[in-house]
Amino acid sequence: MTAELGHYALVLALSVALVQATIPLLGAWRGDPGWVGLARPAALVQCFLVTVAFGALMYAYVTSDFSVLNVASNSHSAKPLLYKISGVWGNHEGSLLLWLLILVLFGAAVAAFGGNLPAPFRARVLAVQAMIAVGFLTFVLFTSNPFERLLPAPLDGNGLNPLLQDPGLAFHPPFLYLGYVGFSMAFSFAVAALIEGRVDAAWARWVRPWTLAAWCFLTLGIALGSWWAYYELGWGGWWFWDPVENASFMPWLAGTALLHSSIVVEKRDSLKNWTVLLAILTFSLSLLGTFLVRSGVLTSVHAFATDPARGVFILAFLIVVIAGSLTLYAVRAPAMKGGGIFSPVSREGGLVLNNLLLSTACATVLLGTLYPLFLDAVTGDKITVGPPFFNMTFGPLMVPVFIAMAVGPMLPWKRGDLLGAVQRLKFAIAAAVAALLLTLVLAYDGPWLAIPGIALGVWVIAAALEEAAHRLRLFRVPIAESMRRLMRSPRAAWGTTFAHAGAGMVIIGVVASSSWQVEKLQVLRQGESVAVGAYEFKFEGATPVAGPNYGAVRGTFRVSRNGAEVAVMQPESRSYQDPPMETTEAAIRTGWGGDLYAVIGDPTGDGSWSTRFYNKPMIHWIWTGALLMVFGGLFSLSDRRHRVGAPARRGRMAKTVKTAASMAGK
Amino acid sequence: MNELDLEETPRRLWPRLLPLAVALIIGGFLFAGLSLRPKEIPSVLIGKAVPEFNLPALPKRPKGLQSADLKGQVSLVNVFASWCVSCRVEHPLFMKLKARDLVPVHGLNYKDDGPAAMSWLARHGDPYDRVGQDLKGRVGIDWGVYGVPETFLINAEGRIVCKHIGPVMERDLEEKLLPAVKALRQGGVAKC
Repeated sequence: MTAELGHYALVLALSVALVQATIPLLGAWRGDPGWVGLARPAALVQCFLVTVAFGALMYAYVTSDFSVLNVASNSHSAKPLLYKISGVWGNHEGSLLLWLLILVLFGAAVAAFGGNLPAPFRARVLAVQAMIAVGFLTFVLFTSNPFERLLPAPLDGNGLNPLLQDPGLAFHPPFLYLGYVGFSMAFSFAVAALIEGRVDAAWARWVRPWTLAAWCFLTLGIALGSWWAYYELGWGGWWFWDPVENASFMPWLAGTALLHSSIVVEKRDSLKNWTVLLAILTFSLSLLGTFLVRSGVLTSVHAFATDPARGVFILAFLIVVIAGSLTLYAVRAPAMKGGGIFSPVSREGGLVLNNLLLSTACATVLLGTLYPLFLDAVTGDKITVGPPFFNMTFGPLMVPVFIAMAVGPMLPWKRGDLLGAVQRLKFAIAAAVAALLLTLVLAYDGPWLAIPGIALGVWVIAAALEEAAHRLRLFRVPIAESMRRLMRSPRAAWGTTFAHAGAGMVIIGVVASSSWQVEKLQVLRQGESVAVGAYEFKFEGATPVAGPNYGAVRGTFRVSRNGAEVAVMQPESRSYQDPPMETTEAAIRTGWGGDLYAVIGDPTGDGSWSTRFYNKPMIHWIWTGALLMVFGGLFSLSDRRHRVGAPARRGRMAKTVKTAASMAGK
Repeated sequence: MNELDLEETPRRLWPRLLPLAVALIIGGFLFAGLSLRPKEIPSVLIGKAVPEFNLPALPKRPKGLQSADLKGQVSLVNVFASWCVSCRVEHPLFMKLKARDLVPVHGLNYKDDGPAAMSWLARHGDPYDRVGQDLKGRVGIDWGVYGVPETFLINAEGRIVCKHIGPVMERDLEEKLLPAVKALRQGGVAKC
């Protein structure tokens, strides 16, 4: 019964979405407040209905109702509760329902808390959101119904892929989707602005918090995914430039650019055209990501079930959304007149440079991701584009980004003085040079590129700190005055400091862990030892252990350094029954200097085991840095400015309705 | 150039249409991509003799499968498992094929539990002539199996003629596999 209720709720949600996508838009055009007013309740009702549907599916999973096909194919009664719940989005149909749920939650948030938006503008935003919802609801209802029944019901389900039974992965998709779908807000705002033909500072002030929130979620989602890959897949890698990873990374790059260009719109009333285009492109890349993952046009380690009919549907939807909005852009862009003129060396100039480089980097990733497809379509050759391409193209593009991101915040708006800004960064320059020399001494035998790499990371962190110190006038005024400044300075500025420092940490983590890692593959007998860098791993033996829905072999290794024991590590090799599959659980010990990583493989038959060890210096800086970036984003989000919104535009709202009405009258 | 004014929007329409044009070109390629099968990497085993193997039968089922069984007549070898969901999709098709008696289908039961495989066959029907039980997936490696289900077409000399990855659909069978079987029987060259 619950499944039918969920299905019915989805059908109702589609009808509501159809109304929400049309009537408020017409209302805003005709200047009819009644029609405009419909947007708000419609968004709330739609949110309620999709929540009911999602709840119904979750109920079927938690109660292991195997008469629902989706549950029978992806769940199992012996699975721990957490994975019954995460199983809801661990499959195609359920993950689309999650996508929808997040979309309508964002819509409802605009409806409920967007009180400071002019009513016609809000109606247009909600109508565009509803159009996206119509697309996804039709997709779910007609090609991917999660509530399909299976009769007779099997006694037990097929189970969830054991690799996915992991806390890191239970939360990876929801955060990723919160990011993807969050960019739909920026998109809807951009399209609504194109329809109205106006973008101003107030517009940017509404868009910024949404983009920032989506960016934080996406950053967290990507970080969780790479962390999962690192500790669960047992290869010791954390990023593989796989098409599905790239699919989430492209919107991140575009979204990061959008975040920065919307500052220019807000502060300087400039770069409007570009910002609107970027908002459209960011969401388009999110949709493209969904398409690439769900259609199977690219070969990926992420083996998702694919179905050509579904691919055709998403592609059609993709083209309608992207081509529609870009056509609107082509027609309406000239209506958006900008004000600010600025010199190339200025805060604006820095942000333009950031945007140029990030968009180029994004285009590079897009090219590398789709190239196998282009080639297959044109010549029929099957190739994959791997890390060497991305390391050679993406890496060099990011170096100027990192050099400039330290200088940009030091430049004033409109017209800056590059020499002055560099002089104000003397501490950061000294720190970078010191890091360069220190790395040179410590790692004189290379690899050579790692040495400037570390210096670059230190440069970014030190510059972020130095910029903050200038803000407080630290050591130049009495400490009490600096403290007063600390309390008074805007949180958004601190957000920048944290996020930029986080990026610096990521650089150091990436450079150090990839340049100086030690890897050892060794067949070991009980009692034998192997040296991994400065560490010695002694194999104490392997014992069988039983888990809730798997059996495992657990190896025990005593790790010592210079004769002193530092850790006991117990990696496992697990065999799951439903479905039968082997997974590795690497043992990871995180210390200040880096991670020790141990994996136990198969027995060789004569009493010895294949084992694998890594010493990865500073690798956790990657995730700590990513978390710091997210923290910076959230801190900036808590800024008062974002909450008090844009009262400046309120007065003009009545005028907008009147103008719209008079235009309709003509 | 001392001052920048980036708001100077292009007066002409075509530069503004550029993003749209790029998007449409990518869209065209994606559409073409839907009908391509990137996962069908041409198997290196095509044209080669099947790898040497000898697999035991499933419990309480006669006839195991070994390389010698694949010589003498055209046959299909279907890699399946009771835990594989897509196998259920293609299974009714093999049942129909058995009823039509066009070509013998052998099963390679991949990394499966014997009793589970038998009860799966009891529930969904048993379309196979011979079934070899590849408990550890050792033989699967020699055959280059990297996902279940996969289906191989073997000619009368025991050579692999083609490999189908993923569930066999009605269209694959009627337009690809069966015409190839016919061509092989008539001594021609099968294309697939």
